[in-house]
Amino acid sequence: MAEGILVFIEQRQGQIRKASLEALSEAYRRISSVGGNVTALIIGKDVKGLAGNLPKYHPHKVLVVDGGDFENYSTEGYASALTAGIKSVSPKYVFAANTNMAKDLIPRVAARTDAPCVSDVTEFEADGNNLLPKRPQYSGKTYTVFEFNSPLAFMTLRPNVFAVQESSNNVNCPIEDLQVSAGDIRAKVVETHAATGNKIELSEASIIVSGGRGIKGPENWPVLQSLCDELGAALGASRAVVDAGWIDHQHQVGQTGKTVSPQLYIACGISGAIQHLAGMNSSKVIVAINNNPDAEIFKHATYGIVGDCLEVVPKLTDELKKMHANG
Amino acid sequence: MKIAVCVKAVPDTDAKIAIAGDKKGIDFNGVRIITSPYDEFAIEEALKLKEKHGGETTVFSVGGAEATDVLRDSLARGIDSAVHINDDEFAGLDPLSTAKVLAAAIKDGGFDAVFCGQQGVGGDNNQVPAMLAELLNMPQATIILKLEIDGNKFKAEREIEGAHEFVEGTLPALFSTQKGLNEPRYPSIKGVMAARRKEIAVKNAEALGVKGQFNVDNRKVKVKEMALPKERPVGRKLDGDVDAQVKTLLDLLRTEARVI
Repeated sequence: MAEGILVFIEQRQGQIRKASLEALSEAYRRISSVGGNVTALIIGKDVKGLAGNLPKYHPHKVLVVDGGDFENYSTEGYASALTAGIKSVSPKYVFAANTNMAKDLIPRVAARTDAPCVSDVTEFEADGNNLLPKRPQYSGKTYTVFEFNSPLAFMTLRPNVFAVQESSNNVNCPIEDLQVSAGDIRAKVVETHAATGNKIELSEASIIVSGGRGIKGPENWPVLQSLCDELGAALGASRAVVDAGWIDHQHQVGQTGKTVSPQLYIACGISGAIQHLAGMNSSKVIVAINNNPDAEIFKHATYGIVGDCLEVVPKLTDELKKMHANG
Repeated sequence: MKIAVCVKAVPDTDAKIAIAGDKKGIDFNGVRIITSPYDEFAIEEALKLKEKHGGETTVFSVGGAEATDVLRDSLARGIDSAVHINDDEFAGLDPLSTAKVLAAAIKDGGFDAVFCGQQGVGGDNNQVPAMLAELLNMPQATIILKLEIDGNKFKAEREIEGAHEFVEGTLPALFSTQKGLNEPRYPSIKGVMAARRKEIAVKNAEALGVKGQFNVDNRKVKVKEMALPKERPVGRKLDGDVDAQVKTLLDLLRTEARVI
C-alpha cells in the first residue's frame, strides 16, 4: 500500500528554491494525517552538500540522485530520476513547487506513472488520510476542490503560499544515494542566461509594486522602481501596458501573465480588469492607488488611496526612506 | 514537415464566470468562447514553420460543439486541416485523460513537431503538453519564447524564474508556447470564407479505439466541488490629503497588516 509523501526539491546552480522548502514543510505538516514518511528527492551534479541542508525541514529521509548526466536540466533525465525515486519509496503523493521546471517535469512523470496531477494548489482539505487539493481556477472566480481515485497522485504547490518550517536544532536524517541511469536524453538545457530587468522574481517576491495605464508612459517606470528598491519589491505590470509595449511580458501579472501571492501587492494606476485580478487577488494585503474613485481595484483592495499614482508613489518612497533612515 | 497543433476552446478571459448547478464545472451559458490565448502562439509558430520549411499543418481539439468554432478559427488563420475529437464520454476530461485522447489521435500521424499552448486559460493546469510528449515518446521544450529548427535539430529558449534557458534537441518533438514567441496573425476575410467551406474531420471514442476508457467512473481525479472564492474582507479608502494618506498607509502596513 502506497503511503507517505515524496517531495521533489528543485535546485539550480547550487541553489535550492525556497518554494521547494515550502512544499517540504507542508509535507511535514500533512504527514501525520496522510501516514507514512516524508522523503525529499534532490537531483543534480555534486549536490550532496546541498542535500545536507534539507534535514532541518524534517524529512524522514533524503534521496540524492547525483551524476554528470544531471548537471544540466533535461526533462527526460530528471523524469528518469524522479520515476526511480517514486519506485524506491512508493509514495501516495508527490509534491513539488509549481515552478516552470515543475510545469515541464511533473506532468511528464505523471503520464509515465499513469497517475493524476493537480497543479498550483493553494490549500488542502483533509478527508481521513486523503488530501483534497484546492486551487483557484477561471480568473480566480472559482475555487476547485479535487479528489483522487488513484494509489499515486501528484500535486504542485503555488510558491509563496505555504510557510517554511525550519528547525533551529540540529536535526539528522538518513541521506541516501539513489543510482539512476538518465536513459535516452533527446533534449537538454545547454545554457542559462539570467534575465535582465527583474532583480526579484515575481512569483517568489514577498512584495510587488505593479504599474498600469495610470503611470502614463514607460518613462515613468523609474518612479515605481524607486519604491521597489526601497521595499525590496519586484516590479509588476498590467496586460494593458505590456501590450502597449511599455515593458516586457516577464513583468505581466494576470491571467495571461504570472499568478502571484505576495504578502503585499501595491497596484499603481491599475483599474482592476478581471484578468489582472485573477493574477493577484490571493495576495495577503492589496494596496490600490488610482485617481478614479470608482475603479474596480478598490473593491479588492485592503487599503485604497484615491490619487494620481505619479504623485503618491514618490511620497511613499520618501516616507519609507525617512523611516528606514530612522531605523 | 508535418506539424500538429492542439487547441482548446475556453471562456473569454474577460468573461464573468458562474458555477454550474452540479458544482462540478462552470456554466457556459452565454459565455463567449475563444481559442485559448496561448494556443494562438502555437498556431502562429506552426504556420511560420510551414512557410519556411514547407509541409502541412493539422489542428486538433478535444471538446464538444464549442470546439468547432475554435477549429474554424485555426483554419481561417491558415492551418490546412482540422480534427475535432468529440464524444459524450470526453465531457469534462481531466488533463491526463485529455492527453491520452490527443495522443490516440496524433500518434500515427507521422508528425515532426507538435505545438500546444503552454496552458489552457481557465483550467490553468500546464499539464497536457508534457503529458502528451511522454505519451507520444517525444522530447519536449515547454513554455518557449523562441524556436529555431535546422534539419532535425531544434534550439528553443524557455522562460524560467529569473532566467532564460536554452534547450537543444532533436525532432520529432513537442513544444508548448508562451506569450512573446511570436505575433499571432488575425484571420483574413478570405481565410474566414475558405474555412467555412472546409470539412472538419470528427473522431469519437470508438474511432480512436478508446471507447469506455474515459467514463467518469474511470477517472483518476475528479472535481469534488467548485465554489466561489472567499470574499476579501471589505477594504477601506484612506482619508485626508495625499501626505496624510501616505502616512496613514505606512502606519497601517506596519502595525495593522504587518507586511513591511
